[in-house]
Amino acid sequence: MPRDLRIWLGGGFILFLIVVAIFAPLLAPFDPLEQDLMAATAAPGVEPGHWLGTDSLGRDVLSRLIYGTRIALTVAFVAATLACLLGTTLGLLAGYYRGWVDAGVSRLVDIWMAFPPVLLSILLVAVLGAGLTSVIIAIVVIDWTRFARVVRAETLQQARLEYAEAASALGMGRGAILLREVLPNVLPVVLVLLSLEMGIAVIVEAILSFVGLSVSTDAPTWGGMIAEGRQIIYQAWWVLVFPLASLFLTVLAFNQLGDGLRQWLDPMLKR
Amino acid sequence: MSPVIDIRNLSARTAVSPILRGVSLSVNAGEVMALVGESGAGKSTIAKAVLGILPAGIRVTAGNILFEGADLLTLPPAKLRDLLGVRIALIPQDPLTSLNPARRIGDQLTDGLRLRAGLTRKQALDKALDLLNDVHIREPERVLKRYPHELSGGMRQRVLIAQAFSLKPHVIIADEPTTALDVTVQKQVLRLIRDMQREHGTTLLFVTHDLGVVAQICDRMTVLYGGKVLEEGATADILANPQSAYTKALLAASPRYDKPEQSLKPVPEALIAELKREIGA
Repeated sequence: MPRDLRIWLGGGFILFLIVVAIFAPLLAPFDPLEQDLMAATAAPGVEPGHWLGTDSLGRDVLSRLIYGTRIALTVAFVAATLACLLGTTLGLLAGYYRGWVDAGVSRLVDIWMAFPPVLLSILLVAVLGAGLTSVIIAIVVIDWTRFARVVRAETLQQARLEYAEAASALGMGRGAILLREVLPNVLPVVLVLLSLEMGIAVIVEAILSFVGLSVSTDAPTWGGMIAEGRQIIYQAWWVLVFPLASLFLTVLAFNQLGDGLRQWLDPMLKR
Repeated sequence: MSPVIDIRNLSARTAVSPILRGVSLSVNAGEVMALVGESGAGKSTIAKAVLGILPAGIRVTAGNILFEGADLLTLPPAKLRDLLGVRIALIPQDPLTSLNPARRIGDQLTDGLRLRAGLTRKQALDKALDLLNDVHIREPERVLKRYPHELSGGMRQRVLIAQAFSLKPHVIIADEPTTALDVTVQKQVLRLIRDMQREHGTTLLFVTHDLGVVAQICDRMTVLYGGKVLEEGATADILANPQSAYTKALLAASPRYDKPEQSLKPVPEALIAELKREIGA
């Protein structure tokens, strides 16, 4: 797929999700929490107004999907950005100052990578208590290593190039060189990773909702809907399939955006 | 004439082998001094030692580098940084990698003017335009907005020359500034460096392995081999009447436009063996 198309499709879908999340109260045909036991597990289009059907408590699937976008995107943006800031800072310091800073960060990353990430996140949330903040903290604590590793390697390489040497021959200090010379060259990689990380954050949030460790269980989350739908898959497939499709498309969009950005930014790095 | 840079008995080494073996040389105000030698002779190491940007594996074991009465080797890093760019500047070897690929020419050229000379962004951009004009770059307004990969090698080297001269330093160290360029561009860049040097009265330490370049622009030359000075003197004298056997051999190994029929002779192995014995390698 051409890179521009990837960026437009991926970015376009995410923009669409953002609009949906912001205007959820206006777009949702029903209250996502309102139960209507008379219209429980209605197939899509059977009950008037319930276009994507209802779940076992008669709640509107479309409305719950729309409200679920809010939690998915909040986690994606906040958690990924925080993980990015933490990991990139540590990676830059480790790759540029070397020595004991590098040794410390690298060993920490090694130790972190030895833990199975899903287990660690479940453990963390269990300790911190369920809730959106805990989910975000768990993702940041687990995924900063992705940024730290890649940014460290990239910084090591960039700091060795002659433009950094030329800058120090101009009398620029170490900190100035790191921020003005090295950082702009590391930024494209960080941007790509950030986009991919947002996709990962959406999945992790869904996993934690699936096991009931995200926000309270009746709040509409895609993971929670999937967990619910799984139990009644033979009676009402739509309760499982639509949130699953939303999750799939969202992660795909983040990944395509990241891939497109990578290809777009790459020629700039080539000399 | 008093020397601007006075290098005394400078020795440096890596973990495994010596690179400089007691080099002494002085560069007088306003002159162009060539450092000549083959790969591994230590000429770039001297240049980097002056600028305090020696690679991590090389350390200075003895000697002084005196500049305006201060020893650059023992100067605190902050004091040295104050000198760099303002009093001593560098024209780097490879114009393709010495400009930051992710930043516009204008931003890179104005860094020194804003951070060191304290100009505002607007003033620095105006000054950058003048600088690009001085190095004969056409359409400087457009070049300021370009990224390095959009310029040719010769243009990038001109930008780097403009950057080196931007803060009017007393001394400029040119580390093989034409090696990475085409022969035709080389000539223009050399003339540009010479013209700028004359106009500003800058002292120039010119590192090169090309005797043709030395003959064109250098007043004096120092011939290095294996980290030792073999001979030093006025360029015209040395080229006409070299004293050391190595310099004679180097000249015999260089092509001469005035005597194209003369065949090139490699530096004799026996001479190299003798030199190595002398310096104790």
